[in-house]
Amino acid sequence: MSGPYETVIGLEVHAQLRTRTKMFCGCSTGFGAAPNTQTCPVCQGNPGSLPVINKRAIEFGIRTALALGCTVNLQNRFARKHYFYPDMPKNYQISQYEEPLAEHGTLEVAAGGAPRVIGIQRLHLEEDVGKLVHEGEFATARASHVDYNRAGVPLMEIVSKPDLRSPEEAGAYLRALRAIVVYLGVCDGNMEEGSLRCDANVSLRIAGSDVLGTKVEIKNLNSFRHVQHALEYEVKRQAQALDVGERLTQETRLWDPERGRTVAMRSKEFAHDYRYFPEPDLPPLDLAATEVERLRGDLPELPAAKRVRFVQAYGLSPHEAELLGQGRGLADYFEAAARESGKPKAVANWVLNELLRELPGDDDAAVAACPITPSRLAGLLALIDDGTISGKIAKDVFEKMFRSGEDARAIVGREGLTQVADTDTLAGVVDQVLAQHAKVVEDWRNGKKAALGFLVGQVMKSTQGKANPAVVNQLLGEKLPKV
Amino acid sequence: MLAALSIEALGARFRDGSATPSAAARDYLARIEALDPKVRAFMTVTPDVALAQAAEADARFEAGAPRGSLDGVPIALKDVLCTRGIRTACGSKILERFVPPYDATVVRRLQEAGTVLLGKLNMDEFAMGSSTENSAFFTTRNPWDLGRVPGGSSGGSAAAVAADLAAATFGTDTGGSIRQPAAFCGNVGLKPTYGRVSRYGLVAFASSLDQIGPFTKTVADAALVLRVIAGADPMDSTAAVVPVPDYRAALAGGVAGLRIGIPREYFIDGMDPEVERAVRAAVDVLRGLGAKTEEVSLPHTEYGLAAYYLIGPAEASSNLARYDGVKYGLRLPGARDVIEMESRTRAAGFGREVKRRIMLGTYALSAGYYDAYYGQALRVRTLVARDFQTAFQTVDAIVAPTTPGVAFKIGEKEDPLQMYLNDVFTIPTSLAGLPGVSLPAGFTLAGLPIGLQVIGKAYDEATVLRVAHAYERATDWHARKPALS
Ligand SMILES: [Zn+2]
Repeated sequence: MSGPYETVIGLEVHAQLRTRTKMFCGCSTGFGAAPNTQTCPVCQGNPGSLPVINKRAIEFGIRTALALGCTVNLQNRFARKHYFYPDMPKNYQISQYEEPLAEHGTLEVAAGGAPRVIGIQRLHLEEDVGKLVHEGEFATARASHVDYNRAGVPLMEIVSKPDLRSPEEAGAYLRALRAIVVYLGVCDGNMEEGSLRCDANVSLRIAGSDVLGTKVEIKNLNSFRHVQHALEYEVKRQAQALDVGERLTQETRLWDPERGRTVAMRSKEFAHDYRYFPEPDLPPLDLAATEVERLRGDLPELPAAKRVRFVQAYGLSPHEAELLGQGRGLADYFEAAARESGKPKAVANWVLNELLRELPGDDDAAVAACPITPSRLAGLLALIDDGTISGKIAKDVFEKMFRSGEDARAIVGREGLTQVADTDTLAGVVDQVLAQHAKVVEDWRNGKKAALGFLVGQVMKSTQGKANPAVVNQLLGEKLPKV
Repeated sequence: MLAALSIEALGARFRDGSATPSAAARDYLARIEALDPKVRAFMTVTPDVALAQAAEADARFEAGAPRGSLDGVPIALKDVLCTRGIRTACGSKILERFVPPYDATVVRRLQEAGTVLLGKLNMDEFAMGSSTENSAFFTTRNPWDLGRVPGGSSGGSAAAVAADLAAATFGTDTGGSIRQPAAFCGNVGLKPTYGRVSRYGLVAFASSLDQIGPFTKTVADAALVLRVIAGADPMDSTAAVVPVPDYRAALAGGVAGLRIGIPREYFIDGMDPEVERAVRAAVDVLRGLGAKTEEVSLPHTEYGLAAYYLIGPAEASSNLARYDGVKYGLRLPGARDVIEMESRTRAAGFGREVKRRIMLGTYALSAGYYDAYYGQALRVRTLVARDFQTAFQTVDAIVAPTTPGVAFKIGEKEDPLQMYLNDVFTIPTSLAGLPGVSLPAGFTLAGLPIGLQVIGKAYDEATVLRVAHAYERATDWHARKPALS
């Protein structure tokens, strides 16, 4: 077998749900607490303890399922998935298997070319496991400790169909999925803290064939960069192997970001027979159709729809709409400022170029904490618009607003930043500048037109940027030929 | 002697001031000290807890404000129920040093009712067994014949009540572990409907079958106790939200006019003729009291045992996976890695019967065998449950022997399959999740108790207890006591 190959990728994305409490007990899901301080008999798997389903987690799962166009299974149930691992309190994980919460959805993804619809196979809920902390290197650790704070944290697993055709597309899918769960408020989307993790299944086949090639699973990818790099590496590795007629083995591999390659896990680590069976401690879930419909009615406008609307209603470019629509906080910010100022294009520019540079991040929390409210941004734009300040001054004012939390008018007033457009005042400055820079004026007369820019700059400098550039230009135009 | 009294009689003495909870507790503790070395029912005795709780109960009675029918009553718990700060070993080496950080819901409800905890009772390891010979620590003896088993797995609980070492005890029934030892020890053992009593804090054997219930000296006492422990629990999603009636009041009705079914399949070849004779005589007594009896058929009975010995071990293999030496209990030192540590701990910590069932259950759930074994067993379970549903369309309760034989000698049944047959009459009800009670219905010529089983519809413990109570009032088997001194 030899190229060209078609790449076949399926992603399994684990999203941590933003519930206050764990999947099956009342413990906090807060991140970063001291080891084992957020645990109880249930999430520690103590003898005799029993799980109780977190209703909010079910609701979050349903919301996501509906946003992805899935069919919600009104009857679904939890099962036990068995394997021995010291960070797993019960040595089985409560998950959903044959009867998941939802199935058969879609997600539209745009990567480079035309948008493509990727199938969602299923969406189910499960509990997270704990964390092992080794003293020293894993292989030679003197001791290992277990932190169960994470154990029992609710996870939602979204499994795509093997519809993705390139690493870029996989990256775009993951970004689109992240945008949706963040929009819905069901996941904070924070990949560094592990709120969003991903396993990828990759195989290659001769283009046009409908027989699937040997599948390799890459586990635990925890950033967009890792997903894309790992997939690029793996596609290349498989293509090279196939080119020389090598037989690929179905295996699980790990991405080693330091060395930039995937490495095979020892076979012992994934040769599992999970021995699933229905969780007898939990009755099957019987959802009311009316409740599901209520949740459907409550769904917010989703990123894809918002992008389209931003282009149509505000005249933004698709790229601007994409960037502004990525997070709900940013999108709402943009819309509020656009509404108040009536200048959506300008708002988009300021948000994308200035605001995002100042903010520590583009997530909802960062946007919510922004000292420049949408209404203050609109106030700043109004000052530019009515000629009170120049665009250049406005950038300084913006920075000051960000640091002090004051509104633009207060800063402009106090610091005397009002633009000078008075011809008499500026004429004096222009005369002075021309007198000081006789050499430059000489250059200009000799045809060096660039000298004009320098002279404008000098006028701006001596007015601390407050001079109205149009007036300065006009004055220079009047005065230069006369010299 | 206060220790001979039923809960009802004891409560009356507390209320009229002729006895105090402390006096009762001291009486029981003295009896435990004198007799338990022979019976060996107790795994742990908690005199400090008992005397402190009794003193509090004393104060409530003195103040004229007792909490209810169980206030001041000395009880003991099968060592499978979690007790905060008190070791809960579950009959296993692997939990020998396990001290739970919390109380089971039933334990909490009993505390709130004012009961006095005498201690924790011996049991077959993880409730797997029919003789209490599978305890990792020692074998409990039958108070009627110290050379015989008390039954299992709640053998310690049954023996303690029979020997008057507690006014009431609590056990668990998965396939018959309350009713069978109650029959062997000659007292009242009640398995409520699955879902009637919260399992929170009950160390799981088979989650879909386990149920907590009381051992008492009389049926009326069982009614009093059930009222206290029954009811929904936010910590257990399988505990049903079904109203809990006043069971004591429900006993008054008698059996006149009730329709009682006698299952054809429960009188099998090879059963003890003395048992069969006693049970048939008991049916006559009920008929004499005005009950209408008729034969019913439960055609899938013979498959119940096989289904049970797939479902039980399958769930057990899963529930027992958590005992790995990582978190609590036994850990074998010297392993080179975690896998070796876990496997060596489990090899050393579990006894033979538990290992047998873990292996069986693991196999039954493994890929490729699931449908042939576990799936098939679930289908049989449905058929067994349907048998009962059909029978209960025509009868109000079913009466049958509790066990095919009486208490056997310690060490007599070495073949596990022979041992499993003990539960052949109790397992079908467990599979169907129905309530059942065993109560004394006679003695063999050798003086060993015979148990009568009354089975009811789901959540209809009231009728079960009503039939049992009527029979108990018409006979005096329950009044006999083993000769222990
Ligand atoms: Zn917890």
